[in-house]
Amino acid sequence: MAKYHVSATVNGDDVEFLCEPEQTLLDVLRDELHLTGTKEGCASGDCGACSVMLDGRLVCSCLVMGAEVGDREIETIEGMANGEDLHPLQQKFLDYAALQCGYCTPGILVAARALLERNPDPTETETRFWLAGNLCRCTGYDKIIRAVQDTAAEMRGE
Amino acid sequence: MRYEAPETMEAAVELLSTDDSARVLSGGTDLLVQLRAEMIDPSLVVDVKQIAQMRSVEEENRGFRVGAAVSGAELGEHEVFKSVWPGVVEAFELIGSTQIQGRATLGGNLCNASPAADSVPAMIAAGAIATIHGPGGQRDVPVESVATGPGQTSLGKGELVSSFYFPEQPPRTGDAYLRFIPRTEMDIAVVGVGICLSLDGAGICNAAKISLGAVAARALVVQEAADALIGTSVDGEALANLSEAASAAANPIDDKRGTKEFRIQVTGVMARRTAAIALARAKRVNKGKA
Repeated sequence: MAKYHVSATVNGDDVEFLCEPEQTLLDVLRDELHLTGTKEGCASGDCGACSVMLDGRLVCSCLVMGAEVGDREIETIEGMANGEDLHPLQQKFLDYAALQCGYCTPGILVAARALLERNPDPTETETRFWLAGNLCRCTGYDKIIRAVQDTAAEMRGE
Repeated sequence: MRYEAPETMEAAVELLSTDDSARVLSGGTDLLVQLRAEMIDPSLVVDVKQIAQMRSVEEENRGFRVGAAVSGAELGEHEVFKSVWPGVVEAFELIGSTQIQGRATLGGNLCNASPAADSVPAMIAAGAIATIHGPGGQRDVPVESVATGPGQTSLGKGELVSSFYFPEQPPRTGDAYLRFIPRTEMDIAVVGVGICLSLDGAGICNAAKISLGAVAARALVVQEAADALIGTSVDGEALANLSEAASAAANPIDDKRGTKEFRIQVTGVMARRTAAIALARAKRVNKGKA
């Protein structure tokens, strides 16, 4: 079967890859582009571990075909820090120990950043609903929610 | 498996017509799960998101035309549509997580043909018309005639739903959708109720359409429930009659999410609550218009 030649932008860089129609965007990111920060959890759109931005929309990369993303812009966890400078969310997750095993963390950080870009001052309820598609089996969520809320306050200059 | 992303309806119809196993890729939130689970094994996937008319929301003849591949996130950001059809938007936005909302589409929700599809009773109550393109040209059908049973539709070979037309609303009209789920979020409807009703100048209901989801093999249209409201001020007695008619129409299955008896009772409760919201919206004064 012929492979598809796809050109896209990932974290601001032009990339090209070959993929099979059966490969998801998640497969492409991890196996073709070797960006393994994006994790596979359920592979059925339930857990959010594979969350990325696709043309500015938060999506599960396991539910996107690799062949679909031609000429589109993708942002992954690898683009979140600026060199050695962590994004405020990343720093706050460390400060709050808002992770244990860390497997869900890249997806939660990408999703939380998407929330704060839309809504710099979310209520706790809004944050919990926004992140309802990101499952964490370690933390019980409280530290995650507090880290997001405090990052939002910090970024607002409070 | 082959992947194609045509840019016109004609090209999409041509592709779908040539391959019996071809599947339409819209948001992919059902299709990719089915592919991975090997529930389906198509030799061709036709991505319809490059077709401009399937991605747009336009005002048309004082109503709206919504592309079948418009995502929940996109429709939820359309302030004018949301102000006119809040019930349709709230039903659509109940589907899945933020991530799913970034991809899931009205056309996909309808054509996946789950009896529990949240957007479908709301679209039916709104009187939405599905525009279907196929080898024989274009045809318009009420949304309720598309899904015929779990996973089954009335679409013929090579046909696809391209858009939905939401007709002009009469004055003093309100719509609403409620569902029952055991959790607060991220679940599949045990019962869903979509209601659209209109009032005359004296506050008497002169039109109503009521659709029930998840309590039969496909979304139901319940005329007896509408009749319970029409000619009344949607008072307590009318709501009690509505509740009874809705429960009587429910024909659910027993499954792990709810017993038959529970679903029948909850259908009546949800119908009453949904009608109260639709009524309040019909009485709003400064409602946005198309």
